[in-house]
Parts: sequence; structure tokens; C-alpha cells
Amino acid sequence: LTESGQPGEALQAGAPALARAHRADRIFTTAVYGSSILFVLIVAGIFFQLAFGSSKAFSKFGLSFLVTSQWNPVTNMFGALPMIYGTLVSSLIAIVLAAGVGIFAAAFLADFAPRVLARPLSFTIELLAAVPSVVFGLWGLFVLAPIMRNNVDPFLQKTLGFLPAFQGTIFGTSLLTAGIILAIMIVPTVTAISRDVIEAIPTDLREGSASLGATKWETMQKVVLPAARTGIFGACILALGRALGETIAATMVIGNKPAISASLFAPGYSLPSVIANEFTEATSDIYLSSLIALGLTLFVVSMTINGLARFLTLTVLRSARGR
Amino acid sequence: MMAVADARAAAEHLEQLQARNLRLRVFWSRTGVGFAALCASIAAATLLVILAYVVAKGVASINLAFFLELPRPVGARGGGVSNGIVGTAIMVTIAAILATPIGVLCGVFLALFGRGFVAETVRFLADVLSGVPSIVIGLFAYTVLVAPLKHFSAFSAAFAFAILMLPIIIRTSEEAIRSVPTVVREGALALGMSVYTATAKVVLPAARGAIVTGLLLGVARVTGETAPLLFTAFGSQFWELNPNNPMAALSLQIFTYAISPYEDWHRQAWAGALVLIVIVFIINLSTRFALRTRLGR
Repeated sequence: LTESGQPGEALQAGAPALARAHRADRIFTTAVYGSSILFVLIVAGIFFQLAFGSSKAFSKFGLSFLVTSQWNPVTNMFGALPMIYGTLVSSLIAIVLAAGVGIFAAAFLADFAPRVLARPLSFTIELLAAVPSVVFGLWGLFVLAPIMRNNVDPFLQKTLGFLPAFQGTIFGTSLLTAGIILAIMIVPTVTAISRDVIEAIPTDLREGSASLGATKWETMQKVVLPAARTGIFGACILALGRALGETIAATMVIGNKPAISASLFAPGYSLPSVIANEFTEATSDIYLSSLIALGLTLFVVSMTINGLARFLTLTVLRSARGR
Repeated sequence: MMAVADARAAAEHLEQLQARNLRLRVFWSRTGVGFAALCASIAAATLLVILAYVVAKGVASINLAFFLELPRPVGARGGGVSNGIVGTAIMVTIAAILATPIGVLCGVFLALFGRGFVAETVRFLADVLSGVPSIVIGLFAYTVLVAPLKHFSAFSAAFAFAILMLPIIIRTSEEAIRSVPTVVREGALALGMSVYTATAKVVLPAARGAIVTGLLLGVARVTGETAPLLFTAFGSQFWELNPNNPMAALSLQIFTYAISPYEDWHRQAWAGALVLIVIVFIINLSTRFALRTRLGR
């Protein structure tokens, strides 16, 4: 081939095209890597921007910012404890309710329900996750809050009034109402992921249990759920993360009062709601910086929680599918 | 003889016990399954209840003027949310234009070169970022685009939306490209195509449908978002088409109307909620339908 010299010429003729292809490849690879690195930089940028923005608040108040309970724009004293308390209490109510309903619902959808029933039920529950949070807030404010004020709260007070959590004046918009709205919003998360985890548990386990004479429920309770435990826990953590950061719906029903009260009927405040309500009104630098510090707190907490949830659900799904 | 009779009696007794025990266990099993069914029904019924309220309270205020007119000041009855619908559309469109190229390229990276530390980092961050509260992303957009420029703008809101869409686009693009059989890509490379040509002309067209689905999922997620708009787009009473200015958004109008003390605005909030929910559900359902037909094939 080399002796005639012809292929060499052909190669030379093709060289520009080849060079062009090489250049396109190089640009393409750069774009692909560049985008990925840009994405990483954006996430890092979120952290650094918020850290920079909140530096004034942290340098003035130190870490006591997170554990003092005065929130006063007039005196420029800011402590996030009431909001942290409100966020935790409303989210805990939400996750307890949502886990209770969601795990049973997931068990039903994965193992018990006939196909004709499982499909539409799953579909409806997943569609619940698509409802915008402002619509939940609207419904919570005009429908749920009056029901809570007139019916549920008085009933709870009558039956469980010996507990401090169920004493005091009834407002309607309260930590409890916020907890219930948040529960409705995170039920689809708990249900969908738990269902996937339960479905990923190998069938032999169920068959083994059934062949030993266990009833359907015994199989679920003693074999399937324990095997799916880690993944379901991950689903709940993920849902908890969503509840902690939910802004608009919580803002509309939580009452927006920066106070710590033992009563669940009392209005409270949450981290995202303060940011939503007060950010555009914040006049002083330290006020703005304190609000950004709340945002930074939310960012760090939600990254941690989601990282944990991802680890838990991925471990289970991977090991179950690997078998 | 006595011993045999005793043994027989004992066996019968045991059988009776077992039968009773079994009946009890079956009863508990049915109760448990029934309770699980009840929980699933409660979760599903919640959606129907909320939808019923939104339709019942919103439908009476829906008319042509609601879609065509601007909001009116307090006291003047009527008016519409036309600027909010257009504003939402503008912001979501800009966000999609910003997020799609970066998201799809990240997806290509994860699917085709996706091993090693950088890929694992991108995957981890995409998963974790999707759980970060939208208001935090709004704060970021504020510190980057609103505070330095000293004015609210629709563009800053679109920037926040784009970041919210990115994780969804990245992960669905990765899945979409992975689902294209390796032989297709290898065949293209074996024909002498460059990596770029093989990816852009062969792999991406094959994965296009699923990538568009991911984009739609992202659009559905941000269309109803309100929190990041509070201090980026800020809202507006007027017609505004310039993304450099504050702009109205449908979700923001619902929020403002709902927390106002005026009866007429509450009425409009319900109507707005109905419009928003219909828009979001249409996007969501078409996505699901597209996914299902693709998986069915």
C-alpha cells in the first residue's frame, strides 16, 4: 500500500476532515466536562453565596444565633430558636402522620391490592405530589384551618386536654394545622418510595413465609417490612427533608408568630416562612444577613438529610436488585 | 386404653386450639390488609377532596375576562390574571432554555463518561440538590442577580427556576441516554464517526423522547413554584414582557390574593388555583402518558 503513494494522498486529502472531526470532538468533550463542572460550581456557589451573605449575622451573634429566641427587627436582635422549634415541631407532626398512613398505603399498593385497584390508587397518590404548594396553602387557609378551629382542636382539647400540647387558646392557624398540611404534602413521597422498596424485596422471601403457613399480614409484618426497613426509613427521611423546607403552604397556615409555645394550637413560625414573609421588608443589613443565615441553615440541613436519605434508599434498592 | 383415649382427647383439644388460633390469625390478617387499604384510600381521597374544593370554589369566577384582563385595584370588582399567566410562561421558558443544554450535557457526561470521582460528585449533588428547598435557591438568585443589580427581575426568577429544573433534567437525560443500547453507539463509532457525531447524530436523537419527558417534568415542577419568586420576580400589576423588570406570576398572584383581607381577592385566588392546577396537571399527565407509551413499546 505504501509503495504506490496513493493511499497517503487519500489520507492527506481526508486530513482536513479528520482534523475537523478531532476539533469537534475536543469541543464536544470540553462542553460535556465543562457543563458538569459548571453544575458542581453552581452548587458550591449556592453554599458560598449564602455563607458570605450570612457572615454579618454569624459574626455579630455567633452560634448563639441558632439558640436564642429573640427575633426583633426594631432592636436588631435576631435569634432563630423559635423558627427552628416551629420547623421541627410542624415537620415532626407531618412525618409521624405521613409515615403512619404512607407505609401502610405502600404495603397495600405493593403486595395486597389487586392490579385494577393498585394502578389508579398509585396514580392518584402520585398526582397529589404534583399539586402546587400554593394550592395546598389556599386550601389549608380557607378549608382546613376553620375545620381545625371549630371541630378538631376543640375535640382534641376535650379528650387530650390534660397534655400541655393540647391546652391554650385555639387559633386555627397553628403548628398542628401546618403539620397536617405538610403531612398531606409528603404522603406521596413516603408512599411512592416505600412502595418501590417493598416491591424490590425478592419474592422468594414472601413465598418462603407463605409456605411456612404465615398469613398475608404476618408475611408483611414479620418478613417483608423488616427486610425493607432501611429503605422505608430512607423514604421517611427524604419526606422529612421536604417538610422542613416547605415554604408557601406552611407560611399560609402556621400563624407566623415568632414565639415558642408548648401548645400545638398556638401559632408558630418556621425557617422558610420567616424568609418568605420578611425578606423584602428587611431594611437593615444585619436583618437581611440574619434571614440569609436562616437560608444557609436550611441549605446545610436539607443537603445533609437528603444525602442520608439517598444513601439509605440506594443501598436497599441496589442490594435488593443485585440479587 | 385410657392412655389412647387421653392421647386422642389431647389431639382433638390441640386441633381445636389450632383452629381457633388460625381463625384469629386470619382475622388479624384481614384487619391488617383492610387497614392498609384504608390508608391508601385516605391518601388518594385527599387529592380528590382538595380538587373538589378548588373546582367548586374556583369555577364560578372563571370567565374569559379572567384570562384576558389585568388585575384591578382593591375595591374594583373583576379583573383577571392574564399578566400572571404570561409572566409564568415567560419565566419558565427562559428557565428551560438556560437549563436544558447544561442539563443534557451533564446527562451525556454521566451516561457516557460516567465513572470516577467527578461523575459520582455530579450524581450525588444532582440527587441532593433536588431536595433543597426552593426558597433557598431563590435566596441564591437574589444574592447573585438582584442585590448586585439593585432591582427585581423576571430573569433572576428564571435563573432560580433553571437551578430547580437542573437535577431533574440531568438525571432523566442520563437515564434516557443509558437506555439507548450500547451497540447503537458502538456501531456508529465503528463506522468511523467521531465521538461528537456519534453522540449528537445517533445517540441523542434516539434518546430525544425521554429527554423531552425529563424537561417537561422539570417544567411541571417549577410552574407551580411560588417561594423563590417572592424576592426575584416580585410580582407586578401591569403588563410586563421585559425579563429585566419585575414580573407577575400566576402562583404569586394566588398567594397575594389568598393572604389579603378582601373577599373578592379570595374568590380570584380560588379561580387562579383552578387555572394553575389545570395547567400543572396537563403537563404532568402528558409526561406520564408519554412515559407509559414509551415503556409499553
